[in-house]
This record gives sequence, C-alpha cells and structure tokens, in this order.
Amino acid sequence: MNKISLIIQREYTTRVKKKSFIIMTIIGPILFAAMMVLPGWFASMEDTDEKSIAIVDQTDKYVNQIKSTEYLKFSWLNKKEAENISDEYQDKGYIAYLVIEDDLLKHPDAVKIYSDKQITIDVKEHISRSLENHLEDEKLASYKIDGLDAIIKDINAVRVNVKTIKLGEDGSEKESSTELIMIAAIVFAMMIYMFVLVYGMQVMRGVMEEKVSRIVEVIVSSVKPFQLMMGKIIGIALVALTQFLLWVILTVSIVGVLLAIFTGDASTVNDSSVELVEAMGSSQIDNGEMSEFAKGFNNIVDKLLSLDLISSLILFVLYFLGGYLLYASLFAALGAALDNEADSQQFVMPVMMPLILSIYVAMAAFRNPTGDLAFWFSMIPFTSPVVMMARIPFQPPVWQIALSMTILISTFIFTTWFAGRVYRTGILMYGKKVSYKELWKWFRYSGK
Amino acid sequence: MFLEAKQVVKKYANHLALNDVNLQVPENTIYGLLGPNGAGKTTLIRIINQITGPDSGEIIFNGRTLRPDDVHRIGYLPEERGLYKKMKVGEQSLYLARMKGMSRADALKKLKFWFEKFEIQPWWDKKVEELSKGMQQKIQFVVTVLHEPKLLIFDEPFSGFDPINANLLKQEILKLKENGASILFSTHNMGSVEELCDHITLINKSKTILNGQIDEIRQSYKDNIIKLDFTGDNTLLKEKLTDHFSVESIEQVNGHSSAYIKMLNEATINQLVSSILNDIQIHGLHEVLPTMNDIFIKVVEQSNLSKTYK
Repeated sequence: MNKISLIIQREYTTRVKKKSFIIMTIIGPILFAAMMVLPGWFASMEDTDEKSIAIVDQTDKYVNQIKSTEYLKFSWLNKKEAENISDEYQDKGYIAYLVIEDDLLKHPDAVKIYSDKQITIDVKEHISRSLENHLEDEKLASYKIDGLDAIIKDINAVRVNVKTIKLGEDGSEKESSTELIMIAAIVFAMMIYMFVLVYGMQVMRGVMEEKVSRIVEVIVSSVKPFQLMMGKIIGIALVALTQFLLWVILTVSIVGVLLAIFTGDASTVNDSSVELVEAMGSSQIDNGEMSEFAKGFNNIVDKLLSLDLISSLILFVLYFLGGYLLYASLFAALGAALDNEADSQQFVMPVMMPLILSIYVAMAAFRNPTGDLAFWFSMIPFTSPVVMMARIPFQPPVWQIALSMTILISTFIFTTWFAGRVYRTGILMYGKKVSYKELWKWFRYSGK
Repeated sequence: MFLEAKQVVKKYANHLALNDVNLQVPENTIYGLLGPNGAGKTTLIRIINQITGPDSGEIIFNGRTLRPDDVHRIGYLPEERGLYKKMKVGEQSLYLARMKGMSRADALKKLKFWFEKFEIQPWWDKKVEELSKGMQQKIQFVVTVLHEPKLLIFDEPFSGFDPINANLLKQEILKLKENGASILFSTHNMGSVEELCDHITLINKSKTILNGQIDEIRQSYKDNIIKLDFTGDNTLLKEKLTDHFSVESIEQVNGHSSAYIKMLNEATINQLVSSILNDIQIHGLHEVLPTMNDIFIKVVEQSNLSKTYK
C-alpha cells in the first residue's frame, strides 16, 4: 500500500509541476469569469459615437420615415444636395448614404446603403425596422378600415413576457432562466467530456511512456503491475480534481472581485469572494445602489445560484470520477498494448467513439432532457457521464441519477479488472503487432 | 543453495517458455545464465523477480519458498532498461530506491555515497534526457545495488558502456560478490563469463542443456591440445612427434612458431617435452582449454541437432 502511494505521489507531483498544467489552471478561470461578466459588460457598452447618415429618396415616398435616435442622425437630402453625394458624403460629415430607388412595396430590395466602412447590424436593423413599420402602416391604411388608428394602438399595447419561476422544495419561488439552464447544461457536458478525454489520454500517454522508455520492467520488479496501473490512474485523477477545484475557487474569486468592483464598494473587495461563497448558500445580494451593469451582472449570478450549484458540482465530480475511471482503465490497457504513437490512432478511435457520441446525444438532451434518448444514454455507462451532466441542470429524478451512477460504478470495476489483465501482459511485450484478437488473448491468458 | 529453481514450467499462449528448468545458485558466487536468444532466460529471470509466476515448480530463496516481500532483497538490472526521461536524476533515484522499500533518509545517504564514488554528483539535478546513454546506465546500476540486495540479477550489464566504464563496472560486480552478494549474470558476451562466473547454466529451447562449475566444464570439453611456442625446424618437430601426438597446425608468429599438438591416448605433457627437448628451442607451452564461446556453440548446435532427429 505504501508503494502505491509512492506511485500516486510521483504521478501527481510531476504533472502538477508542469508548465502546461499551471497555465491551464490560470487561463481556465479567466475564461469562465469572462463568460459570466462579458455579456453584462457588452450590454452596458452601447455605441455612444454620434453618426450621421444621408438619405437620398428618389421616390419621395418615405421622407422622414426613418427616425433619428440619440446617436444616429438621418438627414433627407433634396435633389440638388443629392447630386454629388457619392463623392461628398464624407466631407459633409456623413459616415454613409442611403439610396431608396423604387417603391419598396414592389421592390423590397430597392434600398441600398453605401459606405467605405462596415455598417453595424444595429444601424441596419434600425433602418429596416423603421421602413418596415412604415410600410406595414401604409398597407393597413390601404384597406381603408374605420378607426384604424385606435385598432393599431390597441394591438401595439399587447405584450407577453413569460417568466420562468423555479419552485423550491420549501415552496419558495425563484426566478430562473431557461437560457441559463441550457448554458449550464452545455458547460457541464462539455467539461465532463473534456476532462475525461484529456485526463484519460494522459493515462494512456503515461503508460506508453513507461513502456517505450523501458523503465517499466525495473518498476514491476518492485511492485505488481496492477498497483502501477492503479497508482497512475489515481494520481492523474487527483491532478484533474486539483485543476477542477482550483478552477472553481479561482473563478469564484475573480467573479467576486469583479462584483465588488462594479458594485462600487471598494472596501468589500477583499472579502467579496467570501461573500459570494456565502451567497451560493442562500443570501441575496443587496441590489441597493448599483449601476445598470452591476444589476445585470448580479442578475446572472443570482440565476446561477438558483441552479443548486453546490450539488451540481458534487455530481460533476462524481460523474467525472466514474467516467474517468471507466475510460482511463481502457486507455491504460491500450497504452500497455501499443509501443508507438502512430499505431495508437486506430485503437484510440473505437474507445473514444462512445464519448464523442455522448456529446451529440447531450446536444439533443438540452432540448428534450426527459426524452427516451436522453434517458437511455444517461444510463449507458459509456455515455452517462456526459449525458447525465447535461440533464442535471434540468433536475432529473433522483432514482435515475442513482441508477445511472450504480451502473457506471459496476462497469468501471469491470473495465479496471479487464484492463489490469491486458496491462499486465502488454507492458512487457515489445515489437508485437497488436490486434484486437491479440488483446483478447492477453486478457484470457491468466498469468499469476 | 542460496537460490534454487525447481522444475519450473512456464507456458505462454502458444509456446512453452520454460520446460522443467532447474537452477542452483550457491551463496556468494557469480552465476552465469546463458543461452541463445529466445531460450527462456528472461522468462526465468522474471519469475525469480516475481514479475510473472511459474505454471508449476517453485523458487527457493535463502532456504524457503520465495515470498512477495523478497523483491526488497533482490536487485534487478533488466536488459531492456530505461528511466523516466523528464524526471531529474536525484528525484528519480530516490523514487526507485523507495520502491525497493528503503526509507527516504536511508536512500539519500546511500545515494550520496554511490554518487560520490562514481563521481556523478553534478548530475543530481539534471534531467535524465540530458545524459548520455552510458551515464544513464551508471545511474541504473547504482539504483540496482543501492538497497544492498542479497541477490543481484544483471541482464547484459555491460551493454552501452565504454571499455573504461565496463571495467569499472566489472570491479564493482566483483566487489559486490566479495561483500557477500550472490549474482545471477545473464549475457551473450562469453569473454566476461569466463572472467567473472564461477558457475553457469546453459538453456536452449526452454530446457537446461548444460550446467556446472566453469572450470570443470572447460576441462570436460577440452580436446587435449597443447600450444607450443618454439624456434626450430617444423619438419623435425613433426618427425619427432609420431607415436602419441599429432600436430594439428603450425603458425608463424613474430619470428617464432606456434604449434597446436593433440595428445592421443594416454600421452602426457612430460612425454611431449622429453621427446622434443633436444631438437628445438622451447619458448613456452600450455594446454589449450576450449573457450566458453566454443562450448556454447558446440553444445547448442548439438542440442538443436538431436532435437531435429527426434
């Protein structure tokens, strides 16, 4: 037992000290924090440059039908002004000029905008919306209905705004966001996929490294091959968990600091991360005197909290471990069988297939998290870690989670046993052309 | 006997690797385990190291059946050997030493001793990939002997060493024997077998075909040939040696002649000398013993032949 802990220690420390690990650990949380902060940031950053656009209306039908806004000014040019506009528009301070060539009801694409710069979507949308509104009104007017103005006013007053409210077990109501649940599901599924794949492959590379560098025979003269394999698998699992834990802590800290900065209370910067952690439990963040941005940002954080982040994270760790152990043991067996990277491709693909498939199923599960497809694939152990994590934000029944977890655990016990047998024979076998038949033979051959 | 293999049988999926192999390694000797490629030497060594188990038969270590914790009393330098390329020399040596059951403090102390002895302290913080092959071999040797095992198993220990370092290693191996270790030594280099080994076992095609003390083996395979260095008349020599001797060949070397003379029947060296004493000038003479190389080839070929005819 002492030796397996030595192996775990070596696997762990050599990897955690690597530059690539440290860089990933730092970059990850920055990306996550950016994902949480940027939407709010962009929303608050409206374009505040004043822009002028000249309009040449050759039909004279649409004069003043495009309203100027605070930052966007439209000028309707008369015939004389319009003559040399293509040469002069910049000198006159316009960023673009718009030409309406024909009756838009007959020729909807008879409106063109000219500029030497890229016109933003906002501007385009504003123009087309204004023109559309006008045309709709014109069309309606052509039917000559009495009291039309009143009807239109009435119609425009109709508004529907669906709010999704999640009912807590204690009957409390929390505003939740379907979009956010979707995003959480995608993030969970992708993260599990990524972690299982990246760290599973590391197990394979590690085993191959030992085999190729020929150190393995020295080591198995001190420990049992199974101990060596398990030591490696566990050591790398700990690396993955360390990274995950650091990501959570760092993300929470960064978000907390940003929160404190944007809520304008500098004195709380230092302990804001603590506050945020507390906030994850239950407490609400005071919405008192916040800027627009901070409010929107707080809103996102609030909604995130309504997803039961803590229990999701625990399930994430459990499903990661289950999926990782399952795939890592298979990758270890493969690593033991292969002596060069080039051969590995054709054998790695079949092992990765279910994992890749599970991402596609997860995509479907976002849309229909309780459907048959999502249900069955969250039971099959080779796909359940990814698919079930995609379902978790939609809160599937507990018995389903328990069942899929049980199947997953029993399967990885089996694959580990299987891998142990292939591994034991494989690591000491050099220059042998590997085939599935050969692997099966190694498995059946019972060395003592 | 310090180490014994009794009727060891090992089958792999489609071939028999060891067929009823016996081995007796006396304490405090260097024991040669010889055989052509694929004879089963590595399998036997792996069984002794408990890397794999025999299908039947047993290994007796120090008077009792081999136990799992005996790996701490065995040092093994495999033929296919390597180190973690990205790991630092010191760190790695410490790791491998602790895998053999040494405490950290003890391992550090002994590593310091050996690194000083081999003058390789400056490598401690270097990564293995920065070292040459020969340097890596030295570290591997140190790690193999560090825990002062009672039994050492060297598989082709000299491969990758230059003559100077090979000689250094040879001295170290002899010193280990002096200090009480028993050494199982597997190699294809018959010269080093003659130099180092006390006993040998020769395995061919999964079976033991020859074993015993090296001197006795060479005696029993000798052809009674005497090498005689002299100056004088070659034909006179041949004339004088008629009854009990036959001259196999005569070479001219550096101004004198070397004759290889086979003694027939009960002839003795004394008779040889007296019959030529007055005719030529003798510079020296000695009995020619077959080299281990000759014996190896002869015995293996014989055993291959006899198998074909069966």
